[in-house]
Amino acid sequence: MAAERKVGPNRGETMLRFILSRLVMALPTIALVSVTVFALIRFIPGDPAALMLGDMAQPEQIAEMRTELGLDKSMPQQFLIWAGNVLQGDFGRSIVNDEAVLPLVVSRFLVSAEIVVVAVLLASLVAVPAGVIAAWRQNSLTDLALVGTATVLLSIPTFWLGLLLLLFFGLKLGWLPVLGYVSIRDDLAGGMLYLVLPIMTLVIHEAGVLIRMARASTLEVLRLDYITHARAKGLSEGAVLWRHAFKNAFGPTWTMIGLILGNLLGGIAVIETVFTIPGLGRLMVDSIFARDYPVIQGCLLFVSLSYVLVNLVVDLLYPLFDPRVVAE
Amino acid sequence: MKKFTFNGLIGGILIAILLLSAALGLVWTPFDPMKLSFTARLAAPGADHLLGTDEFGRDVLSRLMVGARASVWIGALTVGFATICGTLIGLVSGYARGWVDGVIMAVNNALLAFPGILLALGLLAVFGANQYGIIFALGIAYTPSMARVVRGAVLSLREREFIEASRVMGNGELYTMVRHILPNCLAPITVLATSMFGWAILSESALSFLGLGVPPPAPTWGNMLAAGRPFVEQAVWLGLFPGLCIALTLLGINLLGDALRDKLDPRMRGLK
Repeated sequence: MAAERKVGPNRGETMLRFILSRLVMALPTIALVSVTVFALIRFIPGDPAALMLGDMAQPEQIAEMRTELGLDKSMPQQFLIWAGNVLQGDFGRSIVNDEAVLPLVVSRFLVSAEIVVVAVLLASLVAVPAGVIAAWRQNSLTDLALVGTATVLLSIPTFWLGLLLLLFFGLKLGWLPVLGYVSIRDDLAGGMLYLVLPIMTLVIHEAGVLIRMARASTLEVLRLDYITHARAKGLSEGAVLWRHAFKNAFGPTWTMIGLILGNLLGGIAVIETVFTIPGLGRLMVDSIFARDYPVIQGCLLFVSLSYVLVNLVVDLLYPLFDPRVVAE
Repeated sequence: MKKFTFNGLIGGILIAILLLSAALGLVWTPFDPMKLSFTARLAAPGADHLLGTDEFGRDVLSRLMVGARASVWIGALTVGFATICGTLIGLVSGYARGWVDGVIMAVNNALLAFPGILLALGLLAVFGANQYGIIFALGIAYTPSMARVVRGAVLSLREREFIEASRVMGNGELYTMVRHILPNCLAPITVLATSMFGWAILSESALSFLGLGVPPPAPTWGNMLAAGRPFVEQAVWLGLFPGLCIALTLLGINLLGDALRDKLDPRMRGLK
């Protein structure tokens, strides 16, 4: 028995190799994303030092900024200076109010993140079982109704849906606040009232996407031989569906959940505009209006790196649902 | 199978209505979409103004028709840009392989590592928030997905016998690529371009809603919603109709896209 065990690499070792390989694979992405964010701002016509200081800057300040950014040096050197500052947490200062960019971005990020995370969690809880049931009853009336609803839901733009919900629950019924925002950190019960509608909007929209995804991947699995075998063994439909089919079908949906999480962080600006929430998306849009380039750059970098990170975590947790990926 | 062709038909009809109203809006609208009228401010939908008027007394139906034109135009240019650039990049990358492929795909993957709308927002900061800024920003943001799909198709095609045969017959690389590989990539390109048209229309209206798109007074569905927002309590139609237009258009594109994918993508056959 002991000799047999030594045949393949042991489980722990394969797992470690899997985790390390995913971490190493993320490094070039992180580097390239940083280069892209750096280059994007450098593409804006005009003197980068003047852009970073705004219209009110004095010539001495601009000269000082030029040396600080290393504009007399080569592009790669400029990038290294910038990357070095970023690594030390120095994202520059806002042109508009001279606030340090990183703390500003982080505080706004937390506001957006609580909405997005809760919404994606609730949407998954509703949509994944719905998608699996639709696949199980393929082409039945239930399936048609679920897929039809999902397709309609994902066609409704979030900002319009938000507006309609606001109109109905806020203005017509008067149940929920229409304007303003109170943080749940200041007033838990009061703050939650402001989050109900934005979260509801996102849940309705993302449920549409997830129902279709969960249905498609479950259908793919349900046609496989081992499902027929499980049924032939006399297992109940519930056991076949949840213990056998679902376990294998959840992988793609899990990846999709990660992608949605990241996409929402990037696309939440419209929701924050409808519901007047001071989140990261609103900060980015306001900064574009104000040409506040240090803040724009900070938001871009922060969100894209969180997106990479979320997808990395999703990847690392993937073996929980499908251990086969570790072996590859 | 039958009912999904039915869905495709509904999608086709919705898109046909969109294109027809956009085309009609070029030559005729019930009222001048820009004409202010202070006597007809916030008039409810009725016999005179079918879908009511806005806060400046402008006819909502006329503005929606002109807005349809803006959506179709911006959507089509964006998709055209992303499809042409993405296809070229994907063809070169997949056919050349080696270090060329490595470099192109590294840049491509870095761009794909951004959520699409975020990259578009960043690019808008560079190009400036206007109609052409949107087309370039969205076009560049969508190019990497097209490049990846085309490259994947090329990589699997180039190992097939008929490509080998074309090479053995002495056809040049460029000829083989254009005559034999490209036509076989058209199915995945069409499927992706259809969904892209939907993404582009949605993103354009979202950006216009944020005030980063086509500036008023030129009407787009997005900026009409944004402008009507303060008045929705008295004039519910201002919040209703532009959003309904966007939703029906997206529904049409989604239904049509599903039908196209079922028809063109053999891997999806029987699944839906």
